[in-house]
Formats: sequence, structure tokens, C-alpha cells
Amino acid sequence: MNRVAAKFAELSVLGKKALIPYLMAGDPSVDVTLKMMEVLEENGADLIELGIPFSDPLADGPVIQKATQRALKNGFRMSKLFPLVEAAVKVISLPIVLMAYYNLILQYGTERFIQEAMEAGVGGLVIPDLPPEEAGEISRIALECGIALNFLTTPVSTPMRIKKAAMASTGFLYLVSVRGVTGERRSLSLELPVLVKKIKRVTSLPVAIGFGVSCPEQARELASLADGVIVGSAVVNRMVNDNPETSYREVGAFIRSLRQAINKEDILKEQRTD
Amino acid sequence: MSLPDKKGFFGAYGGRFVPETLIPVLDEVKEAFYRFKEDEEFQKELAYYLKYFVGRPSPLYFAERLTSEIGGAKIYLKREDLNHTGAHKINNTIGQVLLAKRLGKKRIIAETGAGQHGVATATACALFEMECVIYMGEEDTRRQALNVFRMELLGAKVVSVKTGTRTLKDAVDEALNDLILNYKDTYYMLGSAVGPEPYPEMVKYFQSVIGTEAKEQILEVEGKLPDYLIACVGGGSNSIGLFAPFYDDREVKMIGVEPAGKGLNTPDHAATITKGTPGIIHGFKCYLLQDDQGEPLPVYSIAAGLDYPGVGPEHSFYKDSGRAQYVTITDKEAIDAFIKLSKVEGIIPAIESSHAVAYALKLAAKLDPEQTIIICLSGRGDKDVAEVAQILGK
Repeated sequence: MNRVAAKFAELSVLGKKALIPYLMAGDPSVDVTLKMMEVLEENGADLIELGIPFSDPLADGPVIQKATQRALKNGFRMSKLFPLVEAAVKVISLPIVLMAYYNLILQYGTERFIQEAMEAGVGGLVIPDLPPEEAGEISRIALECGIALNFLTTPVSTPMRIKKAAMASTGFLYLVSVRGVTGERRSLSLELPVLVKKIKRVTSLPVAIGFGVSCPEQARELASLADGVIVGSAVVNRMVNDNPETSYREVGAFIRSLRQAINKEDILKEQRTD
Repeated sequence: MSLPDKKGFFGAYGGRFVPETLIPVLDEVKEAFYRFKEDEEFQKELAYYLKYFVGRPSPLYFAERLTSEIGGAKIYLKREDLNHTGAHKINNTIGQVLLAKRLGKKRIIAETGAGQHGVATATACALFEMECVIYMGEEDTRRQALNVFRMELLGAKVVSVKTGTRTLKDAVDEALNDLILNYKDTYYMLGSAVGPEPYPEMVKYFQSVIGTEAKEQILEVEGKLPDYLIACVGGGSNSIGLFAPFYDDREVKMIGVEPAGKGLNTPDHAATITKGTPGIIHGFKCYLLQDDQGEPLPVYSIAAGLDYPGVGPEHSFYKDSGRAQYVTITDKEAIDAFIKLSKVEGIIPAIESSHAVAYALKLAAKLDPEQTIIICLSGRGDKDVAEVAQILGK
């Protein structure tokens, strides 16, 4: 079992939901990203999604787009990615899931990318612009190397496509909670509970919901529906500070508040099942 | 010929590399395109507007003075510059707006670089009473202020895109974001034979009227197929429109002309097929100007309509299979051809099309008088006069 699947299994035994914050690698610098990963772990994150900056980010909204530009402007290159992951796994024990646009992987060389990801200690991979039907080669190599692949599904996906995404995923299924690109939303889709049920009927994979979480209350709501919650733009938004110390403090407090809200849901659930 | 395959691949190129949210949107467009393509009513309406609104068929004009001055092959010009709005872009927007109407869409969005596709889209939307939103990089809105006004005059709303490099690439990203959010009532009218499936095939289909007419016309006057087809390649819609109907006529050679800008050994060019490597941009696989890590490179050409780091997937495939040949022309050579055609034939060509003219002049000189060349004169050059004047210090 890969590390991502193992983490979800472990949480499930404990009756806990996964909190998965997102960071953009190299925003604003590799040093800050590294330190921030420690902050995330200390404050209750279960996995970390680490975005790789790409200047043509089809699936991302304005907040992540700006983070991309900051990271690229500050000199982040692919050559810095795996050294960053290697340094991170020395100080944190959470699985790291990379989010990479497909062209970055293609140009690096699919086999080399997965091989080096494994050696560096990467747990899993999200490739937002790679549909499952184009993923044959990378799926095979990732499986050999024990790297979890996690595909996206959406509220507008047909049952057939949900099944396809689930069958190709080896860690979790990444459910895009709101139609559109990444970014905070004020209210979450009302059809979500029905949708999660629909997904659970076709797969036993853990489902993590992302895109659009802006506050602890929403995190709690989503955690009640699925196995994990991914929080991206709301984290990245709290990192736009001149002083990194302020970012560590603000992000730390935010993650802690999300954790508490999600735990409350866990406790409620335990009481319900008692 | 069974291209593209079921998943929209032309050999190794094309396909769909898009976020899952876009898949149902593309499925809807694909289903509609293949259905209405076979629909008699649709074809009748398309033919009507191409004839009475666009002004088709466009003439295939024998450039006699130019031919005698060069002293080689006979040069024919496919006069897309004579279409309504002054370029080939309208062939595609009329086709797509008829499709959007049948899909029940009320709102059309599009990207534009120099503004040519934006104007063609705004025109089609005015004709069919559609709400029209055009995404244009902030940098381009400044450079092409007149076209912005033109689009607004036609009733479109022009959104100035302030992200990234503030040019065409970012305008496409913004348009796609809009589509993901609003696809229920919105149709994305892509302007070139690029993008995820089914766009490259669909745009080619609507532009193929260029090649279909040209073939008929040349057979009528020459009694034989042409020896060469020459067209400029940015995204590649006018060129694929001319080339595709000749695909199975193996004796017809096809030449795509890419912009070498200030020179291929400088960073200031947009010769994607010549200097690029396979990669993914805007949801499809193609030759791509990118750095060694997969970041798209900034591109440059005097011709804003050729200024794109990717290229159509079918051209990428033609390149690999050898069916077409791809060459380059610098800014300077294009300007010389722009002047030459104006002086000798009384036709001011778009600076984009001037690239094709420039290469044709070089080639024609080496050929026999029995041989023929068709150049796609994709647009007229009024829009470029001020810039060329400035460059010439006039």
C-alpha cells in the first residue's frame, strides 16, 4: 500500500478525517515552503499537497495563479523540487502529494520524474490536466514505484467518468466541490451530499473534497461528508506577507482552527455512532 | 483518411489535456459538431451566410505582374482578404455561432490576440443577437486600441486580462476559466485550429472552405492541381483550411510559413514547429516553444496573429509525417513582401499573410513557368499600415 492510501486507512481506523492543506512550492521561497510544511504538521495537517509552479495553470483561480507567478519570479525551477521534498521528509512525517501540470512531468521525463519522486520521498501525485484515459503509462510507473495517483472528479462528471477516475486512482479521489477553478467560495454546493453518496456507490476509495474551502465551518461541513478536506487558496492567501514569521503565525492559527472544527465533527460522529 | 482518431489525436498530437470540469463541456460541443455537420438544415444555413454575409467564394486571383516580375512559377492568391471583416477568421466564427445557436447558448466568449478573431466573433454575435465577451491581454488592448473599439462598436464587451504576461496566452486561460464557471449558457468560440478536442477538427472543418474552393478554382483555370500551397502558420487555421482538402493529393506540396521574427538565433521569434519540441499547452499536445523544464517561452513576431507558443496538432502531425514542410520568414522579409505585393499588385496584405507571400516569392523564382503556387492571402493589411510606416520611419 502506498503512503497516501496508508494514511487514509490509518485515519479511518481512528475515525478521523484528513486535513490536507495546499502550498505552492517556492512561494515566496523554498526556505519558507520548507518551514511552512513544519508549521502545517505541528498544527494538525494530515497530508500536504504541494503545487509545482507552472505558468499556464488551467485549473487554478487567481490566488494560486499569483502564487505561481511569485514562485517563478523568485526563481523556483523543477531542479529545486526534489531537494525540497528530500529536506521536508527529514523534518516532517506527513505524506506529500505533488500537484503538477502534465507538461512539467512530460518534459522532465515521466519515468525519471516518478523515479526521483520516489527517491525523494513523495507520497502521491495529482495531475489536474491529465484525464484518466491518457494516464496509462504514468499509472504503470507510479504503481511500480509506490506513488499514489489521485484523479479529479466533479459535480458534473457522469457516473461513467467517476468510475474511470476512481479506477485509475490509488490514493484518494479528489472531488472538486464547486464548478470552476480553485479559489475560496462563500457557500458550498448544496448538491454535495447527494454527490458524495453517488461516488461512494461506485468506489470504496477515500474521497477528499477540495476547491472552495474558506473557513472552519465549511471544513467541518465537508469533513462530515467525505474522508478528507483540501484547503488551497485560503492557505495561500494567508501567506502574502512581507514577513514570513507573520505567515507562519497566520497559517498555523488557520490550520489549527480547521483541525478543531474537523475534530468536532469527528467527535459528533462518534457520539452519533455510539 | 481517418484523422483525428476517436480521442481527437492526429498521430501523437491533439487530444484533451484539461481539468475534469471541462470534459462535459467539450463533450457537448463535440456531440453537437459531429451531429450538425451532417445536418442538411445546418449546411444550408452555413452556405447561405458564407455566400451572402461573408461574400464567398473568395476569388483565386492570378498575380500576373508579380509572376512575370519573379519569372518562375505562376502565383495565385486565394483572396481571403476580400471576406467581410477582411480575413479568413469569419469563416470559422459563422460556423461556430450557428452551432452555438443550435445548442441554445445565449452568450459567446472568445480570446483574441491582435483582435482579428475578436472582431470576427463580435461580428457573428451581432448578426445572431448573442451576448459577446472577448478576453484580450491588457498589453494587447493597448497595442490594438482600434480593434477594441471595433469590437465594442459591434456590441461586444472587451475584458482586459491583467494576469501573467497580459497577452494571448493569458486571455485563453481567462476565457477557459469563464467557460468552466458559465458553460451552461456560454459557448467558447476558439479562433484557431488549436485547443482541446474537438476544436482543432472543428475549426479546420469550417476553414476547409478555403481549400475546397481553391481546388475547384485552380482546376477550372489551370486544368490541373497546383504544385505548391503556401500559407502562414501561427495557430494554423488558414493554412490547415487550405491544406486539408488537398491532403490526399500527394503530388501537391504544402508549405507552412512560420514567423522567424528578429531571427531564429534570437529569442524573438515564434517559429513553433521549426524550433519547438512536443509539449502540452491550453489542453492539447503539439509542438511548443518551451524551456527545458516545460514552461512555455515568451514569443515574438511583428505579426500579432502569428505570435503563439503552440501550434495546431494537425500541423504538428503533418510535420512529423512529412506531409507538409515548415519554413520561416523574418520580420524584415515579411515587410519587404508586404511592400512588394502592395506596389506590384495593388493588394496590401496582412503582415501575417506577408510571411507566406515572402516565402512564395523565394520559391517561385526557382520553379518552371508551368508550375503553379497558391498562396493563402489570409487577411488584408490595413490594420498593419501604421506599424509598417513607423518601422520604415515614415
